[in-house]
Amino acid sequence: MTSLPPPSPKKLGLVIDLDTCVGCQACAVACKEWNAGGVSAPLPDHDPYGAQPLGLWFNRVHGYEAGEGRRARTVHFPRSCLHCEEPACVTVCPTGASFKRAEDGIVLVDEALCIGCKLCSWACPYGAREYDYDSGTMKKCTLCIDRIYNEAVDERSRIPACVLACPTSARHFGDLGDPASPISQLVAERDGVELMPELGMKPVNRYLPPRPARMGDGAAEPEALAPVVPAEPGRGLLHWIDRVLSR
Amino acid sequence: MHPALSVILFTVTSGAGFGMLALLGLGAALQPHAPTPAAVIAEFAIAFALTVFGLLSSTFHLGRPERAWRAFSQWRSSWLSREGVLSVAAFPAALCLGAALLGLLPPEWIRPSGIATLLLALATLVATGMIYASLRAIPRWSNPWTVPGYVALGLMSGALLLHAFSTAFDAFAGLAAAGDFTGWLALLLMLLGLAVKLGYWWSIDHAAARATIESATGLAGRGPVRQFEAPHTADNYVMQEMGYRIARKHAKKLRRIAVILGFALPVLLVLGSILVPGAAGAAILALLSVPFMLLGLIVERWLFFAEAKHVVTLYYGAAAV
Repeated sequence: MTSLPPPSPKKLGLVIDLDTCVGCQACAVACKEWNAGGVSAPLPDHDPYGAQPLGLWFNRVHGYEAGEGRRARTVHFPRSCLHCEEPACVTVCPTGASFKRAEDGIVLVDEALCIGCKLCSWACPYGAREYDYDSGTMKKCTLCIDRIYNEAVDERSRIPACVLACPTSARHFGDLGDPASPISQLVAERDGVELMPELGMKPVNRYLPPRPARMGDGAAEPEALAPVVPAEPGRGLLHWIDRVLSR
Repeated sequence: MHPALSVILFTVTSGAGFGMLALLGLGAALQPHAPTPAAVIAEFAIAFALTVFGLLSSTFHLGRPERAWRAFSQWRSSWLSREGVLSVAAFPAALCLGAALLGLLPPEWIRPSGIATLLLALATLVATGMIYASLRAIPRWSNPWTVPGYVALGLMSGALLLHAFSTAFDAFAGLAAAGDFTGWLALLLMLLGLAVKLGYWWSIDHAAARATIESATGLAGRGPVRQFEAPHTADNYVMQEMGYRIARKHAKKLRRIAVILGFALPVLLVLGSILVPGAAGAAILALLSVPFMLLGLIVERWLFFAEAKHVVTLYYGAAAV
């Protein structure tokens, strides 16, 4: 059923500390490694060693610069499914393949029902869903549902693979529906933020903003470098139309 | 948004088909007497062919088309599912209407089945528009012009096809030109369609940004945020599907092309078909308007996708969407 279940008291999710994330990509690799053998397997890579590799990943680590001049700082920003309380990706699904679990709020895809219409990926503001061109179905972060409840896994390791792999403990897993849980306390203490609250999806995951940088004042601003933009001439019908219309 | 050819063809042809069915239903509801049987067969056959072609081409967009039947199940929450249910429900109503007009069903069936066809075809057009209008992650689509656009352009293209083929049919059957009514209707709906499309373009050009790179990254309040490095060296699915950029820079020219092909030329040709003496000349002019309009609507629909920016592009360097 793609209608949403009543809000669950338990809201499993991730908290990501943008202050301590160093952008090492370990979470992305650990995610790929676990899920390439888990319930969503395989996560195909096309042309992995070629010029245009195209791979399916549930977790991508972006890099941003925030602020200007000496106060600017680099922020490493892991992006994955936020397991929203009101996920548009679920309600738009015409087949019932997309669903939100009533018991813990995890958003999943039942691949046996998915027709690969891709509408859920259009509805998600966060780019959390990726399409498997081989199976013709949509795949997404499962919050490692096949780990966190897996009794064959050592109890201390029953957390998402990305959280387990993080060398700086920038990733935290827990119940964000319980205000007394350590993860909720961390969000309260560090003023954790919601991403794009204006779109009304009520994401569960929170991001902890970077702490202010310590720096001595009075030093001169460095000169900005000119950007280098590579221009590549294109081929094919669309590029021909592009050239004709550019005249 | 990536303008998939299958989705463009689907929305243009099924829009025209359901627009045509809505007008056939309207005609029967207002004036419940049958035109010549051959004309009924021809008009319904064209409307069915367009809707079926559209629905089939939409399945080419699917990764698992053999499971397409599952899409009828989630009408409680999904506009895509509602569109499927309504479009399929419109067929039996339209078949009843066609059969009643041909005398295969009692004439009392004409008016109720006409009303049902009109309402279901209109509801299908609304559902198609709502699929796009309900996507908050694509701010240029979730505006009040999207649904009227799909309804007006569907009715307009349906009216033009109806005019073209009924005029052609009259000429072929050696009847005096009786296409004036359909011609004026097509003209009226084309002007309405143009007004709604210009309104849509005006609205998306002047809409305020809904989200910014600062709100997308949660880094508001520390100065401007910009992309420093992408998470991957080549495009991924998200960028290919949602981050389509090519030819947005030609939007103005393409809009002009869409207006000329989709609206201006068909208006002139339909006007000519009304004014020209003789059924054959009228039929030629009316039929000539159809390919121009379809081509114009394909350009318009291509722009509808290519001009719509998805908020996920904020993660890949867009400043505001």
